[in-house]
Amino acid sequence: MNRSLRPLLATATIFVLAYILAVAQFPGMLSTRVLGNFLTDNAFLGIAAVGMTFVILSGGIDLSVGAVIGFTTVLIAALVMWVGLHPLAAFGIALIVAAAFGAAMGAAIHYLQVPSFIVTLAGMFLARGAASVLSPDSIGIKHEFYTAISKSYILLPGGGRLTVIGMIMLAVFAVGILLAHRTRFGSNVYALGGSESSAALMGVPVARTTVLIYMLSSTLAGLAGVVFSLYTSAGYSLSALGVELDAIAAVVIGGTLLTGGYGLVAGTFIGVMLQGLVQTYIVFDGTLSSWWTKIVIGGLLFMFILLQRLVFTATPRRRKLAWKT
Amino acid sequence: MQATEGVPVLDARGIVKVFGQHTALGGVDFDLRAGEVHALLGENGAGKSTLIKILTGAYQPDGGTVLLDGAPVSFRDPLQAQGYGIGTVYQEVNLLPNRSVAENLFLGRQPTRFGLVRRREIESRARTLLADYGLEIDVRAELSEYSVAVQQIVAIARAVELSGKVLVLDEPTASLDRNEVQRLFDVVRNLKARGLGIIFITHFLDQVFELSDRVTILRNGRKIATQPLAGLSTADVVRMMLGKDVSLDHHVTGIADAARGATRVTFRDLGRTGSVAPITLSVHEGEVVGVAGLLGSGRTEVARLMFGVDAADSGEILVDGAPVTIRNPAQAVAAGFGFCPEDRKIDGIFGDLSVRENIIIALQAKLGWFRALNREDQVELAGRYAEALDIRAANHDMPVKLLSGGNQQKVILARWLALDPNFLILDEPTRGIDVGAHAEIVRTINRLREEGLALFVISSELDEVVAYSNRVVVMRDREMVAELTGAAVAPDSIVQAIAGVPAVEVAQ
Repeated sequence: MNRSLRPLLATATIFVLAYILAVAQFPGMLSTRVLGNFLTDNAFLGIAAVGMTFVILSGGIDLSVGAVIGFTTVLIAALVMWVGLHPLAAFGIALIVAAAFGAAMGAAIHYLQVPSFIVTLAGMFLARGAASVLSPDSIGIKHEFYTAISKSYILLPGGGRLTVIGMIMLAVFAVGILLAHRTRFGSNVYALGGSESSAALMGVPVARTTVLIYMLSSTLAGLAGVVFSLYTSAGYSLSALGVELDAIAAVVIGGTLLTGGYGLVAGTFIGVMLQGLVQTYIVFDGTLSSWWTKIVIGGLLFMFILLQRLVFTATPRRRKLAWKT
Repeated sequence: MQATEGVPVLDARGIVKVFGQHTALGGVDFDLRAGEVHALLGENGAGKSTLIKILTGAYQPDGGTVLLDGAPVSFRDPLQAQGYGIGTVYQEVNLLPNRSVAENLFLGRQPTRFGLVRRREIESRARTLLADYGLEIDVRAELSEYSVAVQQIVAIARAVELSGKVLVLDEPTASLDRNEVQRLFDVVRNLKARGLGIIFITHFLDQVFELSDRVTILRNGRKIATQPLAGLSTADVVRMMLGKDVSLDHHVTGIADAARGATRVTFRDLGRTGSVAPITLSVHEGEVVGVAGLLGSGRTEVARLMFGVDAADSGEILVDGAPVTIRNPAQAVAAGFGFCPEDRKIDGIFGDLSVRENIIIALQAKLGWFRALNREDQVELAGRYAEALDIRAANHDMPVKLLSGGNQQKVILARWLALDPNFLILDEPTRGIDVGAHAEIVRTINRLREEGLALFVISSELDEVVAYSNRVVVMRDREMVAELTGAAVAPDSIVQAIAGVPAVEVAQ
């Protein structure tokens, strides 16, 4: 079996086991209602995590994700409530701003040869700061479009609701999977994560790919901001604090190697769902502090990093030579 | 040997490349015909990697022209050279270990439909392609799951697919076993029959003779010869690679019979699995043991074992008759050893520190930082050794990187001499030094010998080895194959020992 599939399989197994245990304790958790909420409540995290998956696959990191989400919510709120734009136009502007922001970070990383960690850390401060300058206070959004969106959903058998933002997340994952595994861009991302110098010698456009990767991550963070704005009907400069770290956790728990080159977008989906499962369990339990989510995620992360070490430092199994005789 | 005459597919004329003050290539000609395997030989620093980098676009030449199919070309980078038809496969396979074999073959030119890569088509094309090379493997598996030999062939297949005129194989066999080498050679012969021009770089002479039609030998940035291999013997090739001109007598004779003192160091069965076969050797006071052998013969590895840079897994070391433990360089220094490594710039010199600081640093390290040498002592010490070794520097506070190569080498020598060592290992002391300064280093070595030091000197310059060695140890295939004494310490007999001519081999 492909080595990169092993951590994913482990994640999937843990998710199923955890879900079975949770259902055994609270049978109510086995319903489309809970599943629908999983998707809705974690939509913004999932969307951001798809972008993060590409960044980590290429061997980089993007710390600006949470700040870009926060900035986007404030920008949308400002455009809708103060300028009076239609939300769809505001969304478009916000996505373009986020994309340009990401492209600038990607260009800095490639052309200035600065580690992505530093560049996106600067990006994080910039975006968070800009959001606070726009409005230090939360801006509530009142618009019939928002009301309409929150009222539209697909009713699942069993009373669950597949909301618009849940559907957006699923669509982003579907597109992300296609992009990673079926396009030249996806191949180039994996190539950069495997060996940047080899990739360059093999004709991978390193500059363009690097810029596109960070542009994709920021654009998806912008889209996560749109979803967050729909989810909370507000724009607040301090929203989505630390979401970049949750996204990194989801990606790693989903089986992507932090050093790049190995991993699957589908794994990130399970990583996000596992985080959602822990939160839901805590809600059902009712006595546990929500901080237990962090502790469980921390434990899982640690376990997965250990697991990856074991899988990838074990001497690669050499296939028997298959010389044609 | 049926290489077609006529316009060479690749023709480099008068190639010059200068790094700083060092001329890496001084007007080298090289031509490659279609359908031939052309071996490029030379020791470290001979300029073969510089030449290859120019031919494949990694470097731009400072002079001379490169003609491809008779038309002048210049390459911005290896990618462009690839587009012109020149593909390169390195010893370290430059592919993606984390991707499938098929993707490694087609990365950058995958067929797509509606923007989506057509995976099935890539896989079937990869299978067909590799079948031509005698490989039937699962092309969907990760490249890293296969042996280096398979990865090499995948790399060759990719290079030939993309380029198709010239294939450069840079040390492709270094990490292959015998069977794999034969597989690789079959592939190369096939490509040769298809009319590719192949440049083959290796340090295994038997492989050169087995595979190549012609050979070009470089030494010190100059071309020594381009000849058909038919009619050449191994000894001829070794002589061209190492010796200057055997007739050029270095007028230092009789060293071999010079008086020597008591045994200083004894290495008994010193070896390291996979690196050097066990070696037994004694070095006496006032004696220089020279080490000859080709690149990759294990000569540097022996020095690293002796100095504890690599830990030996067999044997023992006796200093003045008493056993010592040397498992790291600090223990070697404590035992009175000194080591001037092959690559001065990387392993020896602290370029930004002054001449004085470079000289006192090893002594200071030995004393420990709590017994700092005061400035007067430092100046006195540096001055004494600079004078003794004739180090030419405007003053001793200037950065050592501004000195010439020969003077840098003498600074490193001074550093070890300041420790008052009883055994000194020199690895290629004249490497990268202007030819004119070689004689001075040789004189210095001889003076140290006369003063009673025991020295172990590795060199690929035969007449220099002869000029200072009492005895010469010959390395081949990571094994000590001969120990030459007395009249046998002469370039000719060393060449024959390296080439493995049995008559001269004095079995150890």
